[in-house]
Amino acid sequence: MIGFIFRRLLQAVPLVIGVSLIAFALMHLAPGGPLAVYTLNPTIQAQDIERIKIILGLDQPLHVQYVKWATGMLTGHWGFSFFGGRPVLDIILERLPATLILMGSALSVAIILGLGIGILGAVKRYSIFDTLATSGALVALSFPTFWFGLMAIFVFAINLRWLPSGGMYEFGEEGNLLSLLRHLVLPTLVLALVITATWSRYTRSAFLEVMNQDFMRTARAKGEPQSARLFRHAFPNAAKPLVALLGVELPFLFSGALVTETIFGWPGMGRLFVDSLNMKEYPILMGLMMFTALFVIFGNLLADIAIAAMDPRVRL
Amino acid sequence: MQSRVWQRFRTHRLAVAGLVTVSALLLAAILAPILAPRDPTLIETQLRFLAPFANASLPLGSDELGRDTLSRLLHGGRVSLTVGLVAMITTVLTGALVGIAAGYLGGIVDTLLMRFVDTMLCFPQVFLLLVVAAFVPPTLLSISLIIGLTSWMEVSRIVRAEILQLKEQDFVAAARALGASRRRIMFRELLPNAAAPILVAATLKVASAVLMESYISYLGYGVQPPLASWGNMLTNAQGYLDTVPWLAILPGLMITLTVMGFNFLGDGLRDALDPRLRMDP
Repeated sequence: MIGFIFRRLLQAVPLVIGVSLIAFALMHLAPGGPLAVYTLNPTIQAQDIERIKIILGLDQPLHVQYVKWATGMLTGHWGFSFFGGRPVLDIILERLPATLILMGSALSVAIILGLGIGILGAVKRYSIFDTLATSGALVALSFPTFWFGLMAIFVFAINLRWLPSGGMYEFGEEGNLLSLLRHLVLPTLVLALVITATWSRYTRSAFLEVMNQDFMRTARAKGEPQSARLFRHAFPNAAKPLVALLGVELPFLFSGALVTETIFGWPGMGRLFVDSLNMKEYPILMGLMMFTALFVIFGNLLADIAIAAMDPRVRL
Repeated sequence: MQSRVWQRFRTHRLAVAGLVTVSALLLAAILAPILAPRDPTLIETQLRFLAPFANASLPLGSDELGRDTLSRLLHGGRVSLTVGLVAMITTVLTGALVGIAAGYLGGIVDTLLMRFVDTMLCFPQVFLLLVVAAFVPPTLLSISLIIGLTSWMEVSRIVRAEILQLKEQDFVAAARALGASRRRIMFRELLPNAAAPILVAATLKVASAVLMESYISYLGYGVQPPLASWGNMLTNAQGYLDTVPWLAILPGLMITLTVMGFNFLGDGLRDALDPRLRMDP
């Protein structure tokens, strides 16, 4: 197992390097270069820009800049924001909890619902429930997340007045758990919709595949009740592709969170990304690109290790 | 062979519904200049915020500048579908090219290309899309290309897997024995045989491209006003959600309908072309 983890870690190294190269290249291809806020600002003199370039090391050859930047990333020096001059890593980590709360609650809701719908659909294949669930999932996958969010606000916040339309806390109630939960309902609903649809589809096909296998027939022949067959025999075998899905879906989760946070004014990383984009805050944008990509690489690593722990064949 | 595919497709009711929806939407987009009762950019401030069916000359009401919603939906659909189709073509061309090169040439080419694919897939697509869209002056072509160039990775994996399977078959060996060049084998022998999964992926990619266009246009980095797209019609609508909700409801319904149509069509095509991949009843 330790050998497997070590080999899998080694495989992640080229990915990390690749991701950093793409992020670095993107920022240097940007119009106005990494200093666009200054170069596109007519009140800043050319000689000042030259001075800033030298201070930040932007006058050096690209490969030198890359190595400096990459070693900075490795040691936690992610640069400073243009506005406010605060460390980028601090700004991102400040926003991380809000995003994790949103993604965590949406993912939990989606996995529970998706597993339930998927298993039921597989057990009662071609029933009315199954047909409705599979076509419903495809309909749910067709909703633009932001529009579904707008409609949720329209119905539950504006018409029924049950829930707040945005933000994370009521003013003056920061840290109040009840207030947080009330604000969490709609964003969770919106973000969970698409993930639930994906999960129910994958759960259904994973279970259908397992249920056709010989050991399931044997279990049935032995007279085991359906619940035991499903949860003791089918579930452990169907779980592997689902754990892999957890890793693969991470980028989509981040994309969905960005859109959801923007609509509901949720103070997370996605909102930070859109705000930084509007202000041309390249250091923060670059930091967020790297942070999410590293998060995705790490998540896939964990998923693979979990799969290897579940199935000894994978470890070889 | 082809009639069997059509027969399987026909029994898939949702897929047929998808085909009908997609055809109707495409027709409406092509005929938009004829069908639209008014100029979609005509501003008439005395006709602001009309409700649907309130005024005979503006059947679906008007927006905050008094522009006709029906005309804007028709012309917006033209824009959204154009972006969706051009993005899909970009996606499929790039994905198929990378997939064929990686799958057939193998070795170092395969390793490098597939590691690049893995790397690109680490970035959430909306993040990548927004960063690039913010850098490039938004025109219809640039938006389509950006969407296409950030979503070809899955297609390349599908094509590569298909090619890996195909290249071991006898007809490829026969072509090689007849002295066919590498390029001929790749594009004349292998590519046509991989057409089925590519067609399915292409259909589903139109759906996701239309979605992506609506995301970035909604956030202000896509199609720019006064040109209407379903996505940017929603940007301003959010502010009037409490008083004039139909401004937000109608464009969103059109996006959902379009994406749903292509998704059902793609799903049905997959089942009809390759029963092995069948996922849904």
